[in-house]
Amino acid sequence: MTGFAELLAESHVVICCGTGGVGKTTTSAAAALAAAEAGRRACVVTIDPAKRLADALGIGELSNTPTVIDGPWDGTLAALMLDTESTFDEVVRRHAHDDEQADRILGNRFYKNVSGTLSGTQDYMAVEKLSELYSSGEWDLVVVDTPPTRDALAFLEAPKLLTRLLDNPIYKIVTASNKGLIGVANRAAQGVLRQLARVVGATVVDEAVAFFQAFQGMEDGFRERAQSTLALLGDDRTSFILVASPRGDTLDEARYFLDRIRAADLDASGVVVNRMLPSTGVDAKRAAVIQMRLADTPGADAATALADLTAAAADDDDRVADLAESAPDAVVVRVPLLTDDVHDLDGLRRIADLLTA
Amino acid sequence: MHPGHFFSSSNVLIVAGKGGVGKTVTAAAIATAASRAGRSVLLVEVSGRSGAAPLFGADSKGYEESVVFEEAEIDGVRHGSITLKSITPDAALMEWLETHGFKRIVSRFATTGMLEVVATATPGIKDLLILGRIKAFEDEETYDLIVIDAPAAGHAVGFLRSPAGVRDAAKTGVLHRQAVEVLEMISDPDRCKVMLVTIPEETPVNELIETSFAIEEELGVHLGPVVVNSVLPGLDGLEHNVGTLATDADLDLTDDERAALATAADFRAGRLALQAEQLDRLSAALPLEQVRLPQLFGSSIGPDEVAELATVLSEAIDALPEPEDDE
Repeated sequence: MTGFAELLAESHVVICCGTGGVGKTTTSAAAALAAAEAGRRACVVTIDPAKRLADALGIGELSNTPTVIDGPWDGTLAALMLDTESTFDEVVRRHAHDDEQADRILGNRFYKNVSGTLSGTQDYMAVEKLSELYSSGEWDLVVVDTPPTRDALAFLEAPKLLTRLLDNPIYKIVTASNKGLIGVANRAAQGVLRQLARVVGATVVDEAVAFFQAFQGMEDGFRERAQSTLALLGDDRTSFILVASPRGDTLDEARYFLDRIRAADLDASGVVVNRMLPSTGVDAKRAAVIQMRLADTPGADAATALADLTAAAADDDDRVADLAESAPDAVVVRVPLLTDDVHDLDGLRRIADLLTA
Repeated sequence: MHPGHFFSSSNVLIVAGKGGVGKTVTAAAIATAASRAGRSVLLVEVSGRSGAAPLFGADSKGYEESVVFEEAEIDGVRHGSITLKSITPDAALMEWLETHGFKRIVSRFATTGMLEVVATATPGIKDLLILGRIKAFEDEETYDLIVIDAPAAGHAVGFLRSPAGVRDAAKTGVLHRQAVEVLEMISDPDRCKVMLVTIPEETPVNELIETSFAIEEELGVHLGPVVVNSVLPGLDGLEHNVGTLATDADLDLTDDERAALATAADFRAGRLALQAEQLDRLSAALPLEQVRLPQLFGSSIGPDEVAELATVLSEAIDALPEPEDDE
């Protein structure tokens, strides 16, 4: 792998991970735009874009279908802002045997907790949407902007969210007693459920039981789906990109991420370091000398600005160079600090150029 | 406002902000400033990550509770102790079950994945129970001040919304009572305030404004001053013509160095202008006092930097007006 352009060109799926506040959404959108400029049909799934970026992409509201963005590129660029709850509803409808089963689940309060508030649901639905877009055959590249998380690879666990819940003893107990396996199993079941009711209240338990009962017969479909999604995430043409800033803590995160990628036997991918300070071209020691000599002259402030910038940029460079050295198989891209938030397509194109330069 | 006064105006300070704005460092600086004002401080981390320990020069590996600063008298001034504690959501839930008559079933719940069902069935329960633990610390009165390094903004709103959510979901019983008690704590400004942290950039400022309205108007939780981190120190003389500088200072500057001076001055001026714009916007949108902390030039933030920030923080708090209802 030589550069970011090649990484993009060889990928069908790009997953952008990272903590908040490092420009992940912008990087994701710029990556999709770069692919469109290279003539591909690219779609970016965003999670929570800043308003002006969303407006620039023409996706001011949650949607579940891609909006095509017109522009002077050979390929196609589209974007969508993930609607977690509606996506979950769609998934349930797709797996349900009939409308009646789907309605029973969608109306259940426990289900609403799962689809609306359970941590990990957003990741799960982002993966589902990715999977759906990818298999539609309409896109050469799907870029996913993941929710901010401390564990960059939490995403890999996401497809198992529901099946993990279905591996729960309650599910087994509830469905077993439904199948008429009364006796020991049922008595144990009653015991567990009674204990649960003491903790969270009887109504809440009834809802949970109703949810698990309504789910019967769908679990295999969900398990298969989780398997195929995991296979897609592990595919050679799926790339994981960590978006970071030159700050020590986000670079530590990047290092941890690269280790995890390697440990999970996934393809080495890329690190995009945004917000790099510009190099002054002056040596830090010399800048300090200039600052000292110009102190008490009208140029004192300019010299302070030079010394501050030189020292800070050198620190950034050192830290990013360390990271690049420790990960020779990953593409490390440095994107300079921009003086303003990106809020139009021109700004986005500039970032796309910087990414692929 | 005297820092000693400020740090005893609430029992609990919740420090919240978007990822990447230096929330943990700010929480550490607040804890340090409060310690210098003589308060014994408990600094609670809820993310399961011990980001604060290295800021006090302590080992970050796997602690539950550790005293990072012992009570001491320094230059005739009593400094309170600083204790770090990490409370993870799962641990909070387990501990609550254990202490509320479910001791026998806790291990069974944990191994069978039942905790996940409990947590799913009652959204917000883990956040509520973390706040419940904090309320228990408040009741014990072991510490003068409890500082919480809250989940990132967005999540912070969910975190603070959890008591009302659980109160409405569990209509009766111990959980309901717990929710009501926690709600009383977080909505009483004499007991609890939220300090929001941001940096002077567009998106973080936007998010701070949104979060503050959600917290104060929707949740009824009171806000303390806003902490603006990473504020670039102002420089007034950046527009001076650098072409003449070398002769003034009797210094041989190469053309490249002259150009670099001009570029660096422009770059700094540009960033200062953007920063001023964001600070103005923040002041206009939010009628809250601001405490500004400087951007630190250096490769990493450790105990020295936290101490420096704590000094600036104390001075900034000192410069705040006394609240009107305070004699």
